[in-house]
Amino acid sequence: MHKTFGDRKVLDGVDLVVNSGETLVILGGSGSGKSTLLRTLVGLEEPDEGTVSVCGIDLYSASRKELAELRRRIGVAFQGGALFGSMTVAENVELPWLELTEVPPTIRRIIARIKLGMVGLEDAMDLLPSQLSGGMTKRAALARAMSLDPEVLFFDEPSAGLDPVTSASLDRLILRLKKTFEVTLVVVTHEMESAFAIADRLALLHEGRFLVIGSPDEVRENANPIVQQFLRRQPPESNDGGESFRRFLDEMN
Amino acid sequence: MLNRIFGILGRSTRAFLADTGALARLGAAACSSAFIDPFRGGRLRLQASIVQAARAGNGSLPLVGLICFLVGMIMALQAAQQLRQLGATDLVAGLVAISITRELAPLLVAIIVAGRFGSAVAAELGTMQVSQEIDALNVMGIDPISFLVVPRLLALIASLPCLIIFADVIGILGGQAVATGLLGIGGARYLALTLDALVLEDIYTGLVKGIAFAGIIGLVSCHQGLSTRGGAEQVGHSTTASVVHSIVLVIGADLFVTVVFYLKA
Repeated sequence: MHKTFGDRKVLDGVDLVVNSGETLVILGGSGSGKSTLLRTLVGLEEPDEGTVSVCGIDLYSASRKELAELRRRIGVAFQGGALFGSMTVAENVELPWLELTEVPPTIRRIIARIKLGMVGLEDAMDLLPSQLSGGMTKRAALARAMSLDPEVLFFDEPSAGLDPVTSASLDRLILRLKKTFEVTLVVVTHEMESAFAIADRLALLHEGRFLVIGSPDEVRENANPIVQQFLRRQPPESNDGGESFRRFLDEMN
Repeated sequence: MLNRIFGILGRSTRAFLADTGALARLGAAACSSAFIDPFRGGRLRLQASIVQAARAGNGSLPLVGLICFLVGMIMALQAAQQLRQLGATDLVAGLVAISITRELAPLLVAIIVAGRFGSAVAAELGTMQVSQEIDALNVMGIDPISFLVVPRLLALIASLPCLIIFADVIGILGGQAVATGLLGIGGARYLALTLDALVLEDIYTGLVKGIAFAGIIGLVSCHQGLSTRGGAEQVGHSTTASVVHSIVLVIGADLFVTVVFYLKA
């Protein structure tokens, strides 16, 4: 896959296979192309070159009917939750059932209770999204993404903005849900602790390309210096602000 | 300098044409969702439209009433000042009624609704866009145009003509207040003079304009909201743009409809 915005090549020959039932974590720093990659994978951004197939269906050349069917088989939990502010938490979870099925209101409510119970938010059913904490928002978003029992679940930065304890609790929830529902997970994150805790395989994205794709051990032992720099959280020397500041002072003088 | 002027003109024209094209596409998609998809198993959006109509219509009633009453009074005063010199104050009633029903009520209602409801729609949809709620609808397989645009458009098309009729009545009452208080024309006589002067065409001209204005306000505000990119500042920009563009297009449409009815007559 290739994707360019203006002069900037964001995805430069990305090639990826996600196996059914596995948890693949896409790691990468800021500006590596993770968000764009996720958007292409869920059908929000068509690549300039290449194809995206989910459950055997080409996302960008499927018919309207095929795409509608496919949408029921995938779920997406966005970074900020993307919960609808004018609806309660339960109404958010019920929405796919309301819009895409003929299930009556009482059954929809029961389904919402079950899904929210799975993520520990049964008591928050009638709250508005503005009344939720960061961790609760992520869990509500997860419940909505799981609403139609998807086969593939996409997660955008699940731990972003969470404290370490809440982040760890969310990781455990993700692992539990995966085990219970045998769902395929694609997680985009830059949080290494979470990534290694939940991943079956990891893929490290750097400047629009994958540097390594493999098991956690394979990634840890990879000899690429950029991979090791990322894993050890070492900034590259050229990004040392001191050099830029020295150049600035020289220009001033 | 000349190059700069031509450059600005060219970019503005290109942006205007791009916006017009986008509005036309949104309008076509909304019409398809609203009027064709229900026959193909799509949703009717009746309940959501009623909720939006209450926001647009009920919420605007007090302001429409106040402004149209005052404008009716102003029209009567202005007309009386000129017609008194000709000894023709009896014509005030007809002049006020025709001005209100054909022109002022539809225009004022459109401007009030664009400022009140149109801006709120642009802000709401713009906020949804920047917080990925529109993306969430898309990945769930829910068409944002059907879910968000159609109810608001139908609400405006239903509520604007009702608001215009209300504005017509209140505006005429404003004129009557001046006529009774200053010109010595009794209430019943003023009403009789009004009904003598008004023809059905005066009223339905205003209502036809109202439907056109409703379409413009609905499409412009939804388009501005859905095309917001960035953060809070851009949401504010979209909100302002929706009001300004709505008013300009409404006045342009007003001229167009007025010319059509004039040539028809």
